[in-house]
Amino acid sequence: MARPFTPKVITANDLLEGDVIYFTAGNTWTRNLSEAELITDEADAQLRLLEAEKQNIRIVGAYLADAKAGPNGPEPTHFREDFRRTGPSNYFHGKQEAEANV
Amino acid sequence: MYKYNEFDEAFLAERNAQFRAQVERRIDGSLTEDEFKPLRLMNGVYLQLHAYMLRVAVPYGTLNSAQMRTLALLAEKWDKGYGHFTTRQNIQYNWPKLRDIPDMLDALGEVGLHAIQTSGNTIRNTTADHFAGAAKDELTDPRPYAELIRQWSTDHPEFQFLGRKFKIAITGSPNDRAVTKAHDVGLRMVERNGETGFEVVVGGGLGRTPLVGKVLREFLPQADLLPYLEAILSVYNVLGRRDNKYKARIKITVQENGIDTIRAMVEEAFMGLRGQFDGTDQQLLAEIKEHFAAPDFRSGSTEVFDAAYANDPVFRAWADTNLAEHRAEGHAIVTISIKAHGATPGDASAEQMRLMADLGEQYAYNELRISHQQNVILPHVHKNDLPAIHAKLKEHGLATANVGLISDIIACPGMDYCALATARSIPVAQEIATRFDELKMEHDIGHLQIKISGCINACGHHHVAHIGILGLDRAGVENYQITLGGDATETAAIGTRTGPGFAYDEIVPAVERIVEVYMARREAAEETFLETYRRIGMEPFKAALYPEAQKKVA
Repeated sequence: MARPFTPKVITANDLLEGDVIYFTAGNTWTRNLSEAELITDEADAQLRLLEAEKQNIRIVGAYLADAKAGPNGPEPTHFREDFRRTGPSNYFHGKQEAEANV
Repeated sequence: MYKYNEFDEAFLAERNAQFRAQVERRIDGSLTEDEFKPLRLMNGVYLQLHAYMLRVAVPYGTLNSAQMRTLALLAEKWDKGYGHFTTRQNIQYNWPKLRDIPDMLDALGEVGLHAIQTSGNTIRNTTADHFAGAAKDELTDPRPYAELIRQWSTDHPEFQFLGRKFKIAITGSPNDRAVTKAHDVGLRMVERNGETGFEVVVGGGLGRTPLVGKVLREFLPQADLLPYLEAILSVYNVLGRRDNKYKARIKITVQENGIDTIRAMVEEAFMGLRGQFDGTDQQLLAEIKEHFAAPDFRSGSTEVFDAAYANDPVFRAWADTNLAEHRAEGHAIVTISIKAHGATPGDASAEQMRLMADLGEQYAYNELRISHQQNVILPHVHKNDLPAIHAKLKEHGLATANVGLISDIIACPGMDYCALATARSIPVAQEIATRFDELKMEHDIGHLQIKISGCINACGHHHVAHIGILGLDRAGVENYQITLGGDATETAAIGTRTGPGFAYDEIVPAVERIVEVYMARREAAEETFLETYRRIGMEPFKAALYPEAQKKVA
């Protein structure tokens, strides 16, 4: 039996910076997971992924990642996506550093 | 050491200009990512979890002070102030921007460094004994042969699109410090009837199918090295599987066809190829060898060293662990540990790199080495200079006296950086090192190698660790399997799995229990962990790791 669809966000890496980005409901990219579009319908997810991939001049390797709704927007459900959202655990680098500098 | 000639310099400049144009075409949209990816990989550029990663080759682990300073410059100018030395004697930068990478490559090219073939399905950076040219037990310096292989394999038209990556390691000493038996091809210099040649080992490798290599040729004359390697690569290129990337390495080719079949095919190909090498390679080798002539080692007493060793216990502890025997009288090989307790294994800051470059220039005949164990070596140091070196290292957090001990851990970048990883490696290494430093046990424990990989690809060499740790994803949670009894030396062995894996917060206590068994069961302090394991076997360790399972059996 097919597994039930779980909510997703579309994520990729930025072409120039290489950092993690997320696709928004407005067809733009954000560096903040909480601003990403949370997709709850399976068919919609594939269409939205195609839409995101059209922007492959700016991005690299778009894919659907599991997420869940949180009080401030989508949140990761797997530790890999949690590291992508924040940064490495040995240094305060990556997203966590960027956000601290805002 | 080898110095690039005009041909080498022009080749690098042209290659970098070519890549710069490719980057521009990717950025302006002329190239798609599918078109660009193989081009960037051929130049050592990956895209990892958080950023691009540039992998720079340190051919056979040898570099001079100017090159080390350039590595520091890259860290400071285009990265976040540090670099990560790897088990292939490379250095990786974790945070470059795509647009900056051509400038980074140009800066490297100015000092004869590059990132060519540090990625892709091609012949990778040939690695060598990090004590080459210095070790007391050495038969012959293997680096001229490694340089010959580098020149032969760089952009070799037949071997740019192999089924998978291909790794060669070379050692000139009977004590194998280059893990030759876990490489696609391992070359061990041996002597027969007064002639020095190579024992050729093929089909070793770690990853999802860990195998110790098999002897393909017991003795290969030096002059036959390139045609014989070309024969091996040609047979692999034809016979190697391309239907399944996990079965594409030569170790599977050897396993599926048998070493005798491979040997027969290689020998036949070799007979055809031998005549095509007209001696130019040997002329080139002779020129290369001149570059690797030993420094003019200075003589003199070692009284300054002797006094410091007798009177300073901190210096003595460092000297006991971090020095190795040099072939020249009054000299020593210094291993600078870049594994301070709790630090990221293999990481060095730009400031530390510059200090090591200065020390290399001032005290080590302008030579440094990168070890596959992720440390930095000063290969030729007069013993009287050691107290001054130790004092400088202490000032910069580089005097940790732990080489070969439990906190001298090899760890791959793991899920903190690597897009392939399934669990983290670095924090596990940090916590183990910190824990045993707190216990003040590591010098009592003695020689013990822990190696950690964050996925089945085994970049952390966990299969050949005395205690190997493999991080996996078990239902969305990090889980760590342990292997015991691996050996990376000339008596190479693949470790045996203890049983079920451990959760992240259970792995350090599990390692502690393994060490407790060893300490309780060793016959003397001189009996190493590996010797004890080989004597008593797996069961006592399993009993300590899985007490509940033991109760059920009882």
